Amino acid sequence: MTSSTHISVKDIGVHFTLGRSLIGKAPVLRAVDGVSLDIPKGCFFGLVGESGSGKTTLGRAMLKAVPITKGHIKYDDGDVQYDIATIGKDELKDYRKRAQLIFQDPYAALSPRMTVRDIIAEPLQVMGITKTREETDNRVREIAAKCRLNLEHLRRFPHAFSGGQRQRISIARALVCEPKFIVADESVAALDVSIQADILNLLKQLQQDMNITFLFISHDLSVVAHTCDHVAVMYLGRLVETAPTRSLFTAPRHPYTKALLSAIPSLDPDDAGKAQRLSGEIPSPANPPDGCRFHTRCPHAREKCKVDVPKWRQMGDEHFVSCHFAEELAAEPAPIAVG
Amino acid sequence: MTKPLMSVRDLTIQFRTDEGIITTVDEISFDIAPGEVLGLVGESGSGKSVSAKALMRLNAGNAIYGEKSSIILNLDDGPVDVLALRREKDMQVVRGGAISMIFQEPMASFAPAISIGDQMVEQLLIHTNMNKKEAREHSIDMLARVGISEPSKRIDQYAFEFSGGMRQRAMIAMALSTSPKLLIADEPTTALDVTIQAQVIELMKELVDEYGMGILFITHDLGVIAQTADRVAVMYLGNVIETGSVRDVIREPSHPYTKGLLNAIPHLHDLERPLTPVPGDIPSPLERPPGCVFHTRCAYAIPGKCDRDVPSPNTMSPGHTSACFVAKEVRNNEAEAVA
Repeated sequence: MTSSTHISVKDIGVHFTLGRSLIGKAPVLRAVDGVSLDIPKGCFFGLVGESGSGKTTLGRAMLKAVPITKGHIKYDDGDVQYDIATIGKDELKDYRKRAQLIFQDPYAALSPRMTVRDIIAEPLQVMGITKTREETDNRVREIAAKCRLNLEHLRRFPHAFSGGQRQRISIARALVCEPKFIVADESVAALDVSIQADILNLLKQLQQDMNITFLFISHDLSVVAHTCDHVAVMYLGRLVETAPTRSLFTAPRHPYTKALLSAIPSLDPDDAGKAQRLSGEIPSPANPPDGCRFHTRCPHAREKCKVDVPKWRQMGDEHFVSCHFAEELAAEPAPIAVG
Repeated sequence: MTKPLMSVRDLTIQFRTDEGIITTVDEISFDIAPGEVLGLVGESGSGKSVSAKALMRLNAGNAIYGEKSSIILNLDDGPVDVLALRREKDMQVVRGGAISMIFQEPMASFAPAISIGDQMVEQLLIHTNMNKKEAREHSIDMLARVGISEPSKRIDQYAFEFSGGMRQRAMIAMALSTSPKLLIADEPTTALDVTIQAQVIELMKELVDEYGMGILFITHDLGVIAQTADRVAVMYLGNVIETGSVRDVIREPSHPYTKGLLNAIPHLHDLERPLTPVPGDIPSPLERPPGCVFHTRCAYAIPGKCDRDVPSPNTMSPGHTSACFVAKEVRNNEAEAVA
């Protein structure tokens, strides 16, 4: 990846206040707490973590869909440069054309009362991109063909379509205004496996054809391994590791990444037992543990981990990790044979 | 040979709807032995949940069971013909008595306004001879058994006070507290994070060893099946298209659909391998294809044969059958070898 940085996140924080308290301060939930990362232009960037890790919130922050408490997000697609955290109203309107979101559940994301044509055309009309109906129709037809939807499908309503087809409609709607940056939030999680591969291949194809930068949010490491160029792993609002995909999967450095990898059920029935099981569950982000946030579940945790927050440091080419004992753990064999 | 615990023969299930009679399950047969885990795999719409619900007679009132269909549950005091049960009171034996069920979404399965303990005690009072005090003690034991800490405190809490993984553990504790002979697990790990899924799978394996009940494990995740089941039945559009031991089916898939499913999922040990989707979408049950139900999406389909004749199961090896005209060819085709 030699190209320039498209999105640069610097020490971003998204905090939500929980309820109100008469005396003292109300408790604060730090959904995203001091995350920094760079997404290169044209990259298929994966973001993984368990539920409650803050990955969706981080994705939405990049779209300015949640209030950003602190930090900066620099956006630079070559034409314009914005700081998303402090973006103004008019600029935000323009940014909406450049950054789009694909949702998880294609059954909930499409209005049952609109035809497929109207669903795909809506962003064009709302954002005033096209002037005439003819122009709109042309754009809709063009993107529908790219997303492998038949022209006759455009007149129908969403209920007539299967999950995979609906997801292709959602993708067409997100891409119709020719955005430069897409956040795909668990976009294949609700689909059957036989369809999932089809949608992943389509996203890859579109990314190359239209030169889009993707943030692909998923809890499924095996899907991320197959589609993404670069992966960031999140835990309780913080990044624990980022690396190029191959490096992350062949030589994971953080115990959490290792545990996630070994938790994937193997297709080989005789390949059980050697997996390293994580005990317990992700703590509440409203009350995260001190020191390294992972220490309560970490099989390698020592006294130091309970007190000191581990530094974010480089451990190889574009490979970053935040663990006190990453060097020691690197000597251990990888949890699974990845090739 | 000992009698199987559950014996299903030629089970056909149709639903009477406004759009006509829909066939969701078409003459399927399978056995479950005591202490055996049978995995039922298939995409949405394949009829796997409907089949499982039939075992407990939980399908809606518009369900029609085929005339030749039989479901026999062999208990210590004689066989029960499940489909012949007429009165609600008689059905108690298959609804929570000898058969228990674990559902996919544990939040939706517990009543929100009744404490976990009261729900566990209630079913014990119905299905066993325990009195209230014994039932409560037994429930606390069961919660401890599935790894819930402080069970005597937890038992008085409500479902919303439990985390996702804990709710599923409580669900399992509740299902097993009546010592059922057969446990139906309908996608019990799908809604959970991978790390929690690994814990729940481990727990279920231990409990099978300890209690020796049969399990019908429904999932769409072949990895989960590989790690839990002894035998597997692959369903497509209401038909069992391949069945056999887990090792045989995953290592030597002999039906084009099984092979397609294995090719569509990401394999971690070979990241370069392209994901091959199963072409097309699963047809609507209103338009069941004639002949082999899979021929519309099958690369091996022979025109004039597969779209006309229904294939009967071919024995590939003892206990391993594939309902395909070219099963041997499919199995031996190394060009698209899997796993």
